[in-house]
Amino acid sequence: MDKFDRLTGVAAPFMEDNINTDAIMPTAWIIEVGSDWGRGLFGNLRRDRHGRDMDSFVLNQPRYRASKFLVAGRNFGCGSSREEAVWALVGFGIRCVIAPSFSDIFYDNAFKNGLFPLVLPLPDVQRIAAEVAAPEKTELTVDLQHCSLLTPTGSQCKFELDDSRRLPLLEGRDDVGRTLAMAALIDAFQRTDCHRRPWIYRSQ
Amino acid sequence: MTLLQDAMRRPSSSPAPRTLFDKIWDDHVVADLGSGAFLLHVDRHMVHEVTSKHAFERLRQRGLSLRNPELTFAVVDHIVATAPDRKVGRNLVGRSFIDAWRKNCADFGITHFDIDDERQGIVHVIAPELGINLPGCTLVCGDSHTSSNGALGALAWGIGASEVEHVLATQTAVQHKPMRMRIRYSGRLGHRVTAKDLILYSIGKLGTAAGRGYVLEYGGSAISALAMDGRLTICNMSIEMGARAGLMAPDETTYQYLSGREFCPKGAAWDSALAYWHTLAGDEAASFDKEVDIDCSKITPQVSWGTSPQDVIGVDGWVPDPALESDPQRRKSMEGALAYIGLQPGARLIGTKIDVAFIGSCTNSRYSDLEAAAQLAKGRKVAPGVRALVVPGSTRIKRAAENAGLDRVFKDAGFEWHHSGCSMCVTANGEVVPPGKRCISTANRNFENRQGPGSRTHLASPQSVVAAAITGAIADVRSFDG
Repeated sequence: MDKFDRLTGVAAPFMEDNINTDAIMPTAWIIEVGSDWGRGLFGNLRRDRHGRDMDSFVLNQPRYRASKFLVAGRNFGCGSSREEAVWALVGFGIRCVIAPSFSDIFYDNAFKNGLFPLVLPLPDVQRIAAEVAAPEKTELTVDLQHCSLLTPTGSQCKFELDDSRRLPLLEGRDDVGRTLAMAALIDAFQRTDCHRRPWIYRSQ
Repeated sequence: MTLLQDAMRRPSSSPAPRTLFDKIWDDHVVADLGSGAFLLHVDRHMVHEVTSKHAFERLRQRGLSLRNPELTFAVVDHIVATAPDRKVGRNLVGRSFIDAWRKNCADFGITHFDIDDERQGIVHVIAPELGINLPGCTLVCGDSHTSSNGALGALAWGIGASEVEHVLATQTAVQHKPMRMRIRYSGRLGHRVTAKDLILYSIGKLGTAAGRGYVLEYGGSAISALAMDGRLTICNMSIEMGARAGLMAPDETTYQYLSGREFCPKGAAWDSALAYWHTLAGDEAASFDKEVDIDCSKITPQVSWGTSPQDVIGVDGWVPDPALESDPQRRKSMEGALAYIGLQPGARLIGTKIDVAFIGSCTNSRYSDLEAAAQLAKGRKVAPGVRALVVPGSTRIKRAAENAGLDRVFKDAGFEWHHSGCSMCVTANGEVVPPGKRCISTANRNFENRQGPGSRTHLASPQSVVAAAITGAIADVRSFDG
């Protein structure tokens, strides 16, 4: 997993509420293509039925084609648990989604793939969306070391993030290695639990 | 109140009162990881062919194996064709998922239910049906509707592919402790008003993000009165309210449902499990971070009008007018939804012509769903031009329905009778609603393009879907006799 420390790049405004993971990554793309996740991103919104890019969609507009940020509405990533939604954003080049809130499953999935889901108050998100919609001023910088975001007009937003989320993102590590190192704890839990709830443990 | 009870209530002399959720959580903490994160033991891991593929690939890349294959159960449901020969659709394209699933189950020694196994079915239907899911257990699956399993008093939640890999390798999950919300349902459901209407109504009232950050606990007299199938329907749609998990206190209904099922404890083991399950009941003095009360007597058959599960109204109502909405962001969503779904503000839902009627999905494909639907379909005919299909939630449900002659009733009425699978809910197998066509569905999501590009979806109960299939248009099921 790539480290996430400091990111500067173009931000695309997509201020819809409840953008769901079916929209972010359509089922058909997952099954039929199963790779090149970035091309599947917002497949049904970006392209018409003949597969042609629609200019009306924000990420198809020339100045947003290289977006590294997406600025979105409330409850981003609701619906299905499909991690392909995160892979699609990362595959396209987006490393940070800024929204007033995220669905719980999407939020967890994002951190496991080096995608930073940044929660800011709705008025801040709306202001940032308006700023990056203005011509020639589309770049944001986020600094995860110092928990701050710099907007195109030079204003700074501070944010808070638990170290249990922030540090793995900074270090680019996932949970599997760390948990495997805790095998003795898991063994001990299962030994004790097997006496208390023997019906849970089927013989191998 | 006795002195002992009084003493037990005093916080100074006893541990803090806990909810059902707190007790299950506490019994599964392997380690406190700090900053609000915990390592939880996973008792049951359900695996299906789509989300497991990449997880197993990464597991193999790292040279890891399964920590507890015996606590892992696998089934094919998402991509398998449900048509009579099980051979049409995208499952030919998606064949690599099914092949990989078979190889992974064989290589890692996982109990699995393949396409020709009597125990095959939609993963969230078979976990309770086979007694794999038990009260007080933690159960995860790479699928958001894992929340269904909470109906048995389990803590069950959906996870992404990275977490699937983590559970395969370690039999644990890293979780941040959610807050607790209780929804209490008083009163009784009216004639032909079902568990599906109850949960759709709740999502409509509270919104699709109301449960974000929470685990829901459903309670109250209306929940106690429900059989297990209805309870599963409600917990299934917890995710549509934004909650990863929703659960219900196990009771006699739960124990009677489970007793004797294949993977349930038997004999003395059942007795000790039962004694443990009785200790899980939430303490009376336990508090919730949020409480909501809903009067069930007000609920009518619900049908969705838009493109989010919160866009629901009573079937006899009128499509809302975005112009009357004060929140500009919400107004914009409503306008977008109406443009997509092809309805006008202020229109009646009743009489809206439909093209497809779908009975199936992990929300509403259990035996009692099919039975209620068949009762209504009996002696009637699907309206000309409407494609109506019934996709049972499991192969066992299909067999039971056939033994009771329900398949005959459906076929005589003009419904297609399918094999079990996810089918037209997630369309991963290629069973789609054509562009621009309108489908009334017992599933859980009415998102744009969910049932295929350009498809229009109305969520409803199985009875309401039959009423619409017969009428050829959305109809009030309460006006049907018999």
